[in-house]
Amino acid sequence: MSRTLIANARVLDPAQALDGTRHVLIDGTKIAAVLTPGTAPEGTVDHHVDASGQWLVPGAVDLAARFREPGHTAKADFASETRAAFAGGITRFALPPDTHPVLDTPAMVVRVLRISKAARSPWVMPLGALTQGLAGQALAEMSALKAAGCVGLSQASAPLDDPLLARRALEYARGLGMTVHIQPLDARLANGGCAHEGATATRLGLSPIPVAAEVAAMRFWISLVEDTGARLHFGRLSTARGAELVANAQARDLPISADVAAHQLFLTDAALAGFDPAAHLMPPLRSEADRLALRDAVRTGVIEAICSDHQPHEADAKRDPFPLTAAGASGLELLWPLTLKWMTEDQVPALTAVHRLTCAPARRLGLSLPRIEAGQPADLALIQPDAPWTLDPARLLSRGRNTPLAGLSFDHRVAACWHLGVARHQCSD
Amino acid sequence: MIAVSQLDAEGHLQHLLTLEGLPAATLTDLLDHADHYLDAGRQGDKKHSSLLGRTVINLFFEASTRTRTTFELAAKRLSADVLNLQVAASSTSKGETLFDTLKTLEAMQADMFVIRHDASGAAHFFAAHAAPGVAILNAGDGRHAHPTQGLLDLLTVRQRMGRIAGLKFCLVGDILHSRVARSAIHGLRTLGAAEIRVAAPPTLIPAGIDALGVQVFHDVDAALSDVDVVMLLRLQKERMLGAFLPSLGEFHRDYGLTHQRAARLPEHAIVMHPGPINRGVEIEGDMAYGARSVILEQVNNGIAVRMAVMDRILGARP
Repeated sequence: MSRTLIANARVLDPAQALDGTRHVLIDGTKIAAVLTPGTAPEGTVDHHVDASGQWLVPGAVDLAARFREPGHTAKADFASETRAAFAGGITRFALPPDTHPVLDTPAMVVRVLRISKAARSPWVMPLGALTQGLAGQALAEMSALKAAGCVGLSQASAPLDDPLLARRALEYARGLGMTVHIQPLDARLANGGCAHEGATATRLGLSPIPVAAEVAAMRFWISLVEDTGARLHFGRLSTARGAELVANAQARDLPISADVAAHQLFLTDAALAGFDPAAHLMPPLRSEADRLALRDAVRTGVIEAICSDHQPHEADAKRDPFPLTAAGASGLELLWPLTLKWMTEDQVPALTAVHRLTCAPARRLGLSLPRIEAGQPADLALIQPDAPWTLDPARLLSRGRNTPLAGLSFDHRVAACWHLGVARHQCSD
Repeated sequence: MIAVSQLDAEGHLQHLLTLEGLPAATLTDLLDHADHYLDAGRQGDKKHSSLLGRTVINLFFEASTRTRTTFELAAKRLSADVLNLQVAASSTSKGETLFDTLKTLEAMQADMFVIRHDASGAAHFFAAHAAPGVAILNAGDGRHAHPTQGLLDLLTVRQRMGRIAGLKFCLVGDILHSRVARSAIHGLRTLGAAEIRVAAPPTLIPAGIDALGVQVFHDVDAALSDVDVVMLLRLQKERMLGAFLPSLGEFHRDYGLTHQRAARLPEHAIVMHPGPINRGVEIEGDMAYGARSVILEQVNNGIAVRMAVMDRILGARP
């Protein structure tokens, strides 16, 4: 068993409200000791990491990342995206059920877990399909999915048009104590659109997606939560009014939570200028007022988590006129850098920012809170806080180089990442 | 995606994708050049040689006879070799990507592609991926732009009224889906129109259109008061019924150019329509070729404008 000492790191552990300089000793797969400076670890140390001036945080828990396997391996696979995830300081992620075939049977869940193990990937937390084949026609075998390892249920980005089935799905999930993850978008109001309804879509002649497409879907689901008491998580909010609805539901003690994709905190529909297909996202990039409201909601905790919404695509999927391209951006490697950029820009306390990527999403998946203390699995990321860099998509490790953030500059980078005590990523320079 | 510039480093037109962002001098030069071809035509001089040896490919992914014909005629009058390809949308969805279609045709040493496609941004896409020296001329992309239609509208107004600057315009009808409206608005703004109004029921007005510098009206009589130019837009009947409008009759009553409404226009005001006309919907039938109507002039100007654009892009530098 190899022993690694990460010395003199600024340890940021929101679960313990710890922000202080520590030595962290990894022994095998676990954290063996967390020591105050001046204390020497007992026994020998195989690897010594001088982390002076760097931040040691729990590995991020990403609430939405597509690894594209099984079924879409032309875009990416577990091997490629595992490298990207560790380079992004992510040690655990929720996998939406829209693989091919869909994650709607225990056999598929077992298959995914096996692929994950073979790739030595970050911990995969499968979200089972809420309906069979995600077709919105019949309930999936939720209990069997739970037994196979699903930590929640999701309709991914597929519509669920039948209100009665939606209600029964929530009732059934509540009986199993499972959280239902919904990406709120009313397909009829969205009407096949590809851009936020506003001046940019009008100028470019792109079919608009009104704000109401998100809000109407949210109101619908909230009213079912009021009836059923089921626990519901809204993924990938894009609008100010959506954030306001979540705040209102939380004020009424409804079991409702939400996350946002990191890119939504930085971009607006202005990024669509020139028909840049990299900015084709779903939900769409919205207005500046929406962007600022989302930032505010993350700061206050109304939106509790930030996720990557990682959707790698092959180059061909983005090589078409804008409306015909596939939506989505590659995001694993940008989750920490974007979150910490937001932290700096909005003067958010460091522990709060770390919380949004660790404790909050872990709790949402029903996991124990990640902690940096003796006995815990050594799933850690080391952040270098003053290491300016600029995003060049060609340098991403993900097979998907599709990002609308090319050229953005960052101050923080992920210097290293340990998963089960093994260094899976280390910056070369 | 590579950012596309319509003008090269010397300010010459290398593609025509949209009228948005083109300087007034460029627009005026194109209109002047179109006038030159019209003058020559009147003197029986219809054929020119400036595109001799050049190959123009009309690549139409949307069914179109009228527009394609005018592009074809324009290219032929400039002595270009012209190839017409009508590509059904289904054949591309079966296999070949648009990118591959472009590269294959480029390999035939085409100098210019005239492209019509139902996806907004298609012309930008082709321009971004075309080989250096291959020009893209947008013949209509989705709801986004139809720049040669915009130019011929500008030319028609200038012929009749002597100028664009200082005039008041009103566009009536389906603004939401209209690339013709968007191109007209950009051109009119650049050339100094005093006022641009758009009139339609709210279902046919896209959000944020005022950011393009227009005023929105839902009362067509108010919108038409004091205007110099009325630009009627075509309604796509199949698309409209039930979804955007209760009935065509109701649209005609509330927004159609009736004799009564026409009588209240200033005496000098003209009426335009990009065609084809839905008689009894956008305009009362017998007014289509009436004294105020410049609809047939628009058609004639279409060829001259397209010649002007092709010559400025592919012909010898002035």
